[in-house]
Parts: sequence; structure tokens; C-alpha cells
Amino acid sequence: MKVTFYLNNTLVSYDVEPGEYLAQTLRKHGVKSIKVGCNESTCGSCTLLLDDKPVMSCSVLTASIEGKKVTTVEGIQQEAAKIASYFSKEGADQCGFCNVGYALVIYQLKKDYKNPTDEEIKNYIVGNLCRCSGLQSQMNAIKAYLKEGK
Amino acid sequence: MIVDKKKMKVVNNITPSVDGKGLMQGRSYYTDDLADQNSLVIKILRSPHAFAHIKKIDVSKAQALNGVELVLTYKDVPHVSFSRAGQGYPEPSPHDKFILDEYVRYVGDEVAMVAAINEQIAEDALKLIEVEYEVLEPVLDFEKAYENKTIIHPEDGIKEMFPIGFDPKKNVAAAYEMHVGDVEKELANSDVVVDETFYSQAQAHAMIETHSSNARLDEHNRLVIYSSTQTPFHMRRIMATTLGLPVSQIRFIKPRVGGGFGGKQAFHGEMFCALTTLRTGKPSKLVYTREEVFGASYTRHPMRIQMRIGANKDGTITAIDCRSLSDTGAYGEHSLTVFMIVGSKVLPLYNKVKAVRFGGKVVYTNHVSAGAYRGYGAIQGNYALEATIDVLAEKLGMDPKELRAKNSMREKETSPIFEIMGEGTKGTAMIMESCKLPYCIKRGAELIEWDKKYPRVKVSETKVRGYGMAIAMQGSGIPFMDMGSATIKLNDGGSYMVTVGATDIGQGSDTIISQIVAETLQTTVDKVIIYSSDTDLTPFDCGAYASSTTYISGNAAWNAALKMRERLINEAAAYLGVKSSSVEFDGKEFVSGNKKVSLNDLSVLWLYNKDQHQVSVTESYIGHVSPPPFMAAYAEVEVDLETGEYEVLNYVTVTDCGTTINPMLARGQVEGGIVQGLGMACFEDVKYDTKGNLLSNNFLNYHIPTHKEVHKLTTEFADSYEPTGPFGAKSVGEIGIDTPPAVICNAIYNATGVRIHKLPITPEKILKGLKELKK
Repeated sequence: MKVTFYLNNTLVSYDVEPGEYLAQTLRKHGVKSIKVGCNESTCGSCTLLLDDKPVMSCSVLTASIEGKKVTTVEGIQQEAAKIASYFSKEGADQCGFCNVGYALVIYQLKKDYKNPTDEEIKNYIVGNLCRCSGLQSQMNAIKAYLKEGK
Repeated sequence: MIVDKKKMKVVNNITPSVDGKGLMQGRSYYTDDLADQNSLVIKILRSPHAFAHIKKIDVSKAQALNGVELVLTYKDVPHVSFSRAGQGYPEPSPHDKFILDEYVRYVGDEVAMVAAINEQIAEDALKLIEVEYEVLEPVLDFEKAYENKTIIHPEDGIKEMFPIGFDPKKNVAAAYEMHVGDVEKELANSDVVVDETFYSQAQAHAMIETHSSNARLDEHNRLVIYSSTQTPFHMRRIMATTLGLPVSQIRFIKPRVGGGFGGKQAFHGEMFCALTTLRTGKPSKLVYTREEVFGASYTRHPMRIQMRIGANKDGTITAIDCRSLSDTGAYGEHSLTVFMIVGSKVLPLYNKVKAVRFGGKVVYTNHVSAGAYRGYGAIQGNYALEATIDVLAEKLGMDPKELRAKNSMREKETSPIFEIMGEGTKGTAMIMESCKLPYCIKRGAELIEWDKKYPRVKVSETKVRGYGMAIAMQGSGIPFMDMGSATIKLNDGGSYMVTVGATDIGQGSDTIISQIVAETLQTTVDKVIIYSSDTDLTPFDCGAYASSTTYISGNAAWNAALKMRERLINEAAAYLGVKSSSVEFDGKEFVSGNKKVSLNDLSVLWLYNKDQHQVSVTESYIGHVSPPPFMAAYAEVEVDLETGEYEVLNYVTVTDCGTTINPMLARGQVEGGIVQGLGMACFEDVKYDTKGNLLSNNFLNYHIPTHKEVHKLTTEFADSYEPTGPFGAKSVGEIGIDTPPAVICNAIYNATGVRIHKLPITPEKILKGLKELKK
């Protein structure tokens, strides 16, 4: 079946199997920035924005996104570079496998919340696992990024 | 060579990770990103039984399925025993694994392999393989494994490479005994003796990138394998031997690796990719599912450790006796080396004892194989030792901080254990040239306000805060065994290409090696291009394990950069027609009196215009000692006395790892280790049912720390300089993980009076203990 959607503002149309998930479709079509860490929506590595909401793409059926807007890290390159510099300053960017998911979820968090509390930030990002950093450095980096320009 | 820290401009300064930005922007450089698009997809049929003999296996229906290209069972692969563990040669681990075998030894063990044109067909084919098993009685309790009537490895053809106590007929993978002095006599003569036994559980690595590998043949028909590995050179050697191929026919490439923590110090799928590609001529790939990572890779070795410690009334520790039993699961990877660390990187902390003894066995069970895991042996030993030290302190009526300060290792001291125990072999005597442990203990106490708050502060009728501490040591590589090397090449424009076998798996070794080279050549990190690691292109390195990289690979890079500097000065002197000793080089310009020339001009000249040649150097480093980093750790834990629930409000550490090459990355290593250690201390638990089926096989059943559980980490470093390290550095990759089980155990005891002897320290266990106290 054919599914048509906006990938980083470009209209694309892909042939997909009925049971195919979005992470699989995108990786198959060369969007290798989508990382699959569990393939059962428990780790957050495959996060992307679907109509401006963070979702785990390993569990979104591609057939269900007809006409929708998909944003991957390719669509927020400058912002991702900026987030990376905050992660670097805190020593939070280790193996990098979770980073793309974080970039997207933090980018959207900044749009959704004006001045989130620590609790609100943690609730927003709790689905994104990181086994390397110790997490506090990530929180510091995220808070610094959220404050930027405010 | 001692370098003044104040003069360092790149080292000991915060430098952004060289790969941080690219990875955040989603550049595709992990193993599966680089798989050939037309790869055959490999899937593994796994055992449903904890222990069974394959009586009959029929793959004809699977083979006949359209799209299936290859099916392999034990009948189709070389019957050569090997160890999946990449560490040292000859390997200290027993050769007790076959690529595929007629026995399966845990639920999840490999039965057969299918390669098909896509994942769906491969999975369908697995269902068509007909297997008749003779189900055997498994051993699922490691305390009953020794001399059990079930022999887990009854087969012929398995062996030890040198004596490690391997006795498979008794289910023993390895055994070890050592002693200094007469422990029984010293304990008998001590005023106080404590005797405590602790159990530590299996822990899952849970790196976010699953095990992944892929293979292809290059235009020379050589086998090229991309692997998410910590040890590409060990992989190449082991694969060559096991498959009967010349080393020259194999190339291992390690791209970006999404975390390893020891779990990727081994084969997990690479042999199947190699066999598929060699036999079909087609590219292939195998990506573990998350369930396979949990159920068919590695865990930490569960252990039982008994500590008997004697002391005199004045608080002098006289003797330590440590008996251990370790569960290596179905295969003996790292069985001896992990076991020996329980003694060698734990017991020297209290080096003033008159006698010390260590020993025990590593036994096989029908569980997922245990393997290397960050801080291996040290975290288990540290839990038992440091919890027992607190028991001793209470019995002596001493502040545990003072008991530790009085008896622990100091600068310029040693322990006889260093010479006796290495990793699988004899050790290496060494003096502590850098040890700021007394400072770490003192500073950590200040940060947590120990003197004001220890042992507990009441918050309300139902809530109390407890304070606990522990100290720890680790190592910096394996001396006289593990080697690192680096090649530096001068480019036109005056930048440097650095190729290293050192394996960046996310810990930041590419960044710190770039910093070491940049500092030595008085340039900036952006002028250093680093590439790691590829068995065709980069010089040898043992890989990322045993806290090797900063010390071993860092020293190799430092040696190479010093050599490059010397070479550049000599060649510039020849160009200027002056003596080398008269040339000053500031990283950009060579000056001798009124003569000068820039590095930029010379680098272009040497390639295109005059006396053309490539300037490059290769240097290696082998450690002669393994200087330990040290740490003091303290925690503030708030316990709800009604529910047993607790939160770690603040975890304070002060670490002596010599110079921090990159202070932020060092902090990342320490804090990352602490949080993994807190996971093990507080809730992470690999669980099986009574038949040996793994229950904790996804992130919902196996919870790892999230942002919700991490409150405050207070991380400081001692001002320290290790004279044998690059710019004064020691390694820092593992020490962070060592302390949490003991610290949390001690803090919970100080809060509640309940001492938990079996990890993880759960609210249920605390509540049960509180109820027993009330009786």
C-alpha cells in the first residue's frame, strides 16, 4: 500500500507493508538517524515528531500517518547542533545513541512549555533512556537549553 | 615526564567531544547504519530449554522456503572450541563454546541460524525448523552447581589455555586461591572479628544500541566485518583461529558504538555474519533484538562473598579473609579474571593487614552466560568488603570514616596482593605514586556534612535520612599484557591525522586522545583528525576494557606525539641549516636565531615541492604498573519507615584519577558509573522462573534508572598527578560503578538498623527487616 506524508516538510510517498512501522520505513528509505534500541516503545531512541508531538516511531504504524507531518533530526539540524553544544558543556554526550531522540524531544519540550519545572521536564523526557551519562548532566544541559533566549 | 598542570592549554581543560555534534545531528555511523542495503538478514533459533541435548534437527522445510539462503546447525559449522571473550592471548577464559553445538545450555542458547532475503522470511523459516530435544535436568542454583550430578559441559574438545582451575566434570570453570601470612592465626589473635556473607545479583548491561554486526566481501574477496565491539583486534584473532582463516583475510571495523560497558567485549553474532557471507558470497547482517540482548548475551557474574575481618580495639585492621563463589552461567567467559578482581582490586584498599586470604570457585549454571561488565569483580567485592567494614566499625564503636582513614592505602605505600594477583595470571608489584584517598575521604565528608548528620537525621515520624559511605579503588589497564599504539601523520596545512586502535564506545577516548596529541604538539583539537578503530587501517590496541584507554592508549598517543614533535624539530632544523637544539617550536613556527619557517609552509613543501616525503610516526605503550584510581563515596538516603521505600537524595564522590584529561568527560564517566551502580544497588535484577526462563527480558521488566530516580550527584576530583600517566592521568572508566551497593547498604542500615545482605536493596527487604527488628 502507498502512504503519503510530509517528511521534514517534503511530501513523500512510500510503498509499505500493512504491518510496517514508521522506524522501519524511514530507515529503509535512508533516514538512518532514527535509532532503534528496543523496537517495543520502551527506550525512546527512535523518537520523532508526528504533527509536532514526540512519538516512538518503532510503534507507529506507517499506514496510520497518511497526510501527517513527520519531523526527524534532519528537519532541526541547527537546533540539534545547539543542543549538542549544551550536552557537550555538561559532559552529557557519551555514546550518542539516545541523542537524536533527546534532540527531538527537548526541541518540542521547549515549544510546549514556557518555564517548565524540573518535575515537568522529567515527566516529558522520562521515556528516553540513557545508560551512559548518569542523567544529571543531561538535566543540566536541557535546563540550560530551555533557558536560552528567555 | 612531569608536566605543570597550570601550563596545560588543552589537556585538563574542557573540550567539547569531537563527535558530539555529529551524533546529535543524526550522522549515520553506527554499525547497522553501515550495513549493506542488500544484506541477508540473519536470525537465530534459540533454545526453549535450560539444558538439553539436540537428538534430531530437521531444517529441510526451512531450507525449502522461498527467500531462505542458508540454514546452519551444529553439523554445518567448524567444531572448534573457543571463548567469545576478547581479552588477552592466550585467553584466560576457558575454550568451552562452539559456534553451534548439539547441547544447549540456557534458555536462549543458539540452536540454528537462518539467513534470508528479509527479516520476515528469516523469522518464518525459524518456525519451520524441527528439533527433537532430550531435555536434561538444569542447574539453576549456583550454590548447588559444584559437583552436581548434572554436568553442564560433558563434551570433549573444551580446554583451558593455561592452568585456571578448569574442572568441567565438577561444573567448575575456574578456581583460585592465594594467601599472605597466617589468616587464621591473626584472626584468632584479634580483639574483634566480624563475619558477614553477601550476595550480589546478575545485572544487565542494557546499553541502548543492541549487539549488531554485518559482513561483506570486498573487491579482494576479503571478509569485512562491521561490529559494535569494544575489542576489534581480539575479534579478528579469535575469528581467524575459530574459522580457520588467515588473519590477513579478515578486516574488523568498529564504527560508532552505542555503549558497551563490557557487554561488547565479546562475540555476539559476528561468527554467523562471517559464515553467511563466506558461504553465500552475499552481504549479511545480524542485529540483536532487545530480548536477545537481555536473554542471549551477557550479564554480570552473580556472587556469594563471605568476609571475615579482624581488628584490634584501637581500630587497627589485622586480617581479611575473603571466600567467594561466582556464577558464570552457561559459559566461562571472563570467569577467572572477574573472580580475581574481587580480591586484587578490592582487598589492597586495607594494605596494613598482617594477613590476607582470598579464594573460591567459579561455577557453571544453566543461566545466561555472565561476562565482562564495567567494574567486574570490584563492585561485588566492594559491596561485601565495605559493608563488612561498617559492621566492624560499629562493633569497635568507631566512626566508619575514621576506621577507613586509619587503615586504607596511602601514597608511596603498596600491598603484597599487587605482585601476587593479576588478571588471570601473576600480578605486578607497584608503589602508589598517586593516592589522595585521605583527601577524598575528608572532602566527601565535608560535602555531605557527615560529622553533623551521620548516622541519621529524623525528618518526621515516618521518614528518616541515613548516611553511608564506602571507599574504592580500580586499576589502569593490565600491565605487561595489554598494549595500545597510535600513528600520527602530518597533513599539508599543518593538521595531524591520528589513527588509533583504541576503541571509542562512547566513553570519549577519541576526544581525550585528540586532546593529548593537541597539547603535546601545541595545537588545537580542531587540527587533530582522529580515526578509530579498524584492523586494516589503525595500529593495534587491546581495546576498551579494564580501564585501559586513558592510561594505555593515552600513553601511546602521548609517546607518538612526543616523537612527532622531535621529528618535526629535527627536520625543520635540517631545512633551516641549524642544530636541532637551537630550534624553538611553538606549534606553528620553527625559530632558530633570526631564521624561521612555519609548520604550514614546511608541511606543503614536504609533500609537493622539496625533499618530498610523508612525515609520520607510530609509537606503542605497554603498562609496567596499573596505577589505581581511588574514590570516596557518600550518600544521603531518605527512607519511609512505613513502606520501606527510599530515595537517594545526594550521592557525593571525590575521585583521584590523577589529571582529568577532560574534566567534563571524567565527570561523565564517574556519574555514569554511579548511576549504573545505583541501579544495581537499588532495583536492577535479572530474574528467572523455576525452569530457567528469563523474566526480565525487556525494559519494562528490567528497569534501569531514569531521570525520575536521579536526584543529586555531587562529583569532585582530587588534585592529583600520576607520574607514569599521560599528563599525569589515570583511567576513570570503571571506578564510578564500584561503591553504590556498599554505600546504599550502609546508609539504609544507618537509617533503619536493617542491613541488607542480598542485592538489590528493595523496599520489600527493608520492610521485612524493620518488622523483624520490632519482634
